[in-house]
Amino acid sequence: MSLEPASPPVVPQASHFGSDAAREQAAHVGMWVFLATEVLLFAALFTAYAVYRVDYPETFRAAREHMKVGIGTANTYLLVTSSICVAFAVWSVRQERTGLATFLLLCAVVLGLGFLTLKGVEYAAHVREGALPGRWYALEEFPRPGASLYFTLYFVMTGVHALHVLVGVGVLSVLTVQTAWGKYSGRYHTPLELGGMYWHLVDVIWLFVWPLLYLV
Amino acid sequence: MFPPANDPPRAHSHPAVSYLDSERTVWSWLTTHDHKRIGVMFLGLLVFMLFLGGVFALALRVELLTPGRTIMSHEAYNRAFTLHGVIMVWLFLIPSIPSSFGNFLLPLMVGAKDVAFPRLNLLSLYLFVLGAVMVVWALVQGGADTGWTFYTPFSTSTPSEVLPVLLGVFVVGFSTILTGLNFIATVHTMRAPDVTWMKMPLFVWGIYGTSIIQVLATPVLGMVLLLVAFERVAGVGLFDPARGGDPLLYQHLFWFYSHPAVYIMVLPGMGVVSELVCACSRKNALSYRMIVWSTLGIAFVGFFTWGHHMFVSGQSTFGVGVFSVLSMLVAIFTAIKVFAWVGTLYRGSIAITAPLAYVLGFIFFIVFGGLTGVAVAVASLDQHWHDTYFVVAHFHFIMVGASLMAFLAALHYWFPKMFGRRYPEGLGVGVAMLIVFGFIATFVPQFLLGNMGMPRRYAEYPERFQSLHVASTAGASLLGFGFLAILIYLVWSLRHGAVASANPWASRGYEWMTQSPPPPHNFHEVPRHPDGPHQYDVPGVPHVS
Ligand code: HEM
Ligand SMILES: [Cu+2]
Repeated sequence: MSLEPASPPVVPQASHFGSDAAREQAAHVGMWVFLATEVLLFAALFTAYAVYRVDYPETFRAAREHMKVGIGTANTYLLVTSSICVAFAVWSVRQERTGLATFLLLCAVVLGLGFLTLKGVEYAAHVREGALPGRWYALEEFPRPGASLYFTLYFVMTGVHALHVLVGVGVLSVLTVQTAWGKYSGRYHTPLELGGMYWHLVDVIWLFVWPLLYLV
Repeated sequence: MFPPANDPPRAHSHPAVSYLDSERTVWSWLTTHDHKRIGVMFLGLLVFMLFLGGVFALALRVELLTPGRTIMSHEAYNRAFTLHGVIMVWLFLIPSIPSSFGNFLLPLMVGAKDVAFPRLNLLSLYLFVLGAVMVVWALVQGGADTGWTFYTPFSTSTPSEVLPVLLGVFVVGFSTILTGLNFIATVHTMRAPDVTWMKMPLFVWGIYGTSIIQVLATPVLGMVLLLVAFERVAGVGLFDPARGGDPLLYQHLFWFYSHPAVYIMVLPGMGVVSELVCACSRKNALSYRMIVWSTLGIAFVGFFTWGHHMFVSGQSTFGVGVFSVLSMLVAIFTAIKVFAWVGTLYRGSIAITAPLAYVLGFIFFIVFGGLTGVAVAVASLDQHWHDTYFVVAHFHFIMVGASLMAFLAALHYWFPKMFGRRYPEGLGVGVAMLIVFGFIATFVPQFLLGNMGMPRRYAEYPERFQSLHVASTAGASLLGFGFLAILIYLVWSLRHGAVASANPWASRGYEWMTQSPPPPHNFHEVPRHPDGPHQYDVPGVPHVS
């Protein structure tokens, strides 16, 4: 038995090992492990949030009044919708419907950009109000320590998340172009699937950040 | 010394195109996706880091020769021990065995042509370089003075160059995450048909357990380092009690990573030792399964013991008790391994070689260091020993004594596989003995010092501690000479050592089934492994004795 596969490789540039199935499996295992690390990255922030919420329950509840609930909720819809678009895009590629997939991916990218735009609007409003962390904190009405910590967590959590959205939009854009070029098919769509998994994770994390910061 | 093994000399095997000489340009090395080349480059970088950290260590020991000022100011002392710790822990010990030997050997040992994601592997190398450069750059800028633990609120208020160090460690953390991820995927999906889970070499198990800890713990560290960096830049006060923050939260998050991290440092060494006791005594591992399960046990329990670093920092009494008991569980798994190793060596046909000498050193240091670990895990005793030289000696016994021994054992054992040459064995054994003795001379006095009340991280001390400090410094200089000797004879052997055969140790390990050094894609055909990797009781196995 030779190590070289007979048919052209399913994953380009990965000619160094076994069967197509093994390659696809490796890619998935790798992605799942990576997603686990991402979850743990945010876990530290959630822990910090829990600790300070216990320390300053009143301030946290009051500080939440300064959140733009409308924007946050709109953003939730945008992300969830785009996540659904990606899921359908993967499905359509499996059905060999490349045109539909390209369109759906494009929608997802636009929705992601919409999210970032709204986030920018929201940040700008916070800056104007002086609802900033640390030495830039300028809101008169709250006792400093607790409220400043709240806004710190707000900016770090949403900031790190927004960074992930930005990366995700980049990844999705590349995938859109590649799909349009017909790189993926019913037989080969692993990168699309992995990109999709990443985007779903970004979505899921937001589904935890949003209630914590805007609702409870 | 081993006689030349009875396998065919190289001329009879394949035309010896190896990964080393298949392409010769510098560019081909810098852009390679070959796990073996990446492993060798990591090895070079890590040895350099060891050297750098070692220079600082010697400087510290020289400063401590006299009770007052010897060669440096207090500030310089603080910076020196910080850089020593940061370099040794983050830039040497954590990546040491996985990134170098793990990269080189793991695919060979599971019968794969490469790791699952070769390009990611190269990225991990460059991330390491980037992080290391940031840390060393901070060093040139004057250095940080927080200790390797970056405890807040000091680390957020000191004027020294903490920021590049924090970010450098963050970047290096990413490098270890990627390496761990790669290994996990490789082990899960790329084993050759014969290599079932329970026929996987024990070194691979060690690396696999380590990788799990790496991917689970490092992100938490990364985030907390970023928060400290943010705190320095924006003055937010997450961890500063003066501004409403909680320094204990920092310690929880930090040790949630850094206690498991000590197993990141020691588990690969345990893998090396499990591998070597079989090869050096020509016996099957006494209970392969127990070694495997205790590896996973350590990886698991390691996540529930972090609080023992905070016994005296204002944790609740209940927490102290829980963490104390949980900590002791780790010792059980370690003991299982020690029994398995000693039982394997018992009545084996043993020849004293350099790798075996380091293995014996390892076993001694892990037992001694582990026992003192249990001692400091007893909360009431730790009241007395916390932040004294006793703790310093405890962790140096394990991290340096054991982990570094394993690194050296691996370096000697796999040197012929990596470079196709042999080092002078007699010299190797002599230097190994010097090093083991040097360690004992360096760190036993520190246990005594700590017990007498000498606190850690102090540049000055009362007269009565001097004789023990001098003894410790003398031991450290022996160590310095030993390392220098190793460096010299190994570099010499690269060119002038005797040419090694494919399997100079007559080992049963899978990595020896290909030529030394291996060809670019590891094997010329899919390797078959009818026997387990540590099976010495099959008829016809060459015996060396
Ligand atoms: C197996 C490998 C081990 C390594 C590499 C290791 C490493 C370390 C390190 C680096 C520190 C000092 C941290 C600092 O800078 O403050 C430390 C402290 C400590 N270790 Fe270990 N350790 C190991 C095993 C154990 C075991 C098995 C136990 C308990 C059963 C243990 C209990 C402790 C305790 C309680 C401390 C804190 C002492 C103090 O600061 O007062 N260690 N160890
Ligand atoms: Cu610990």
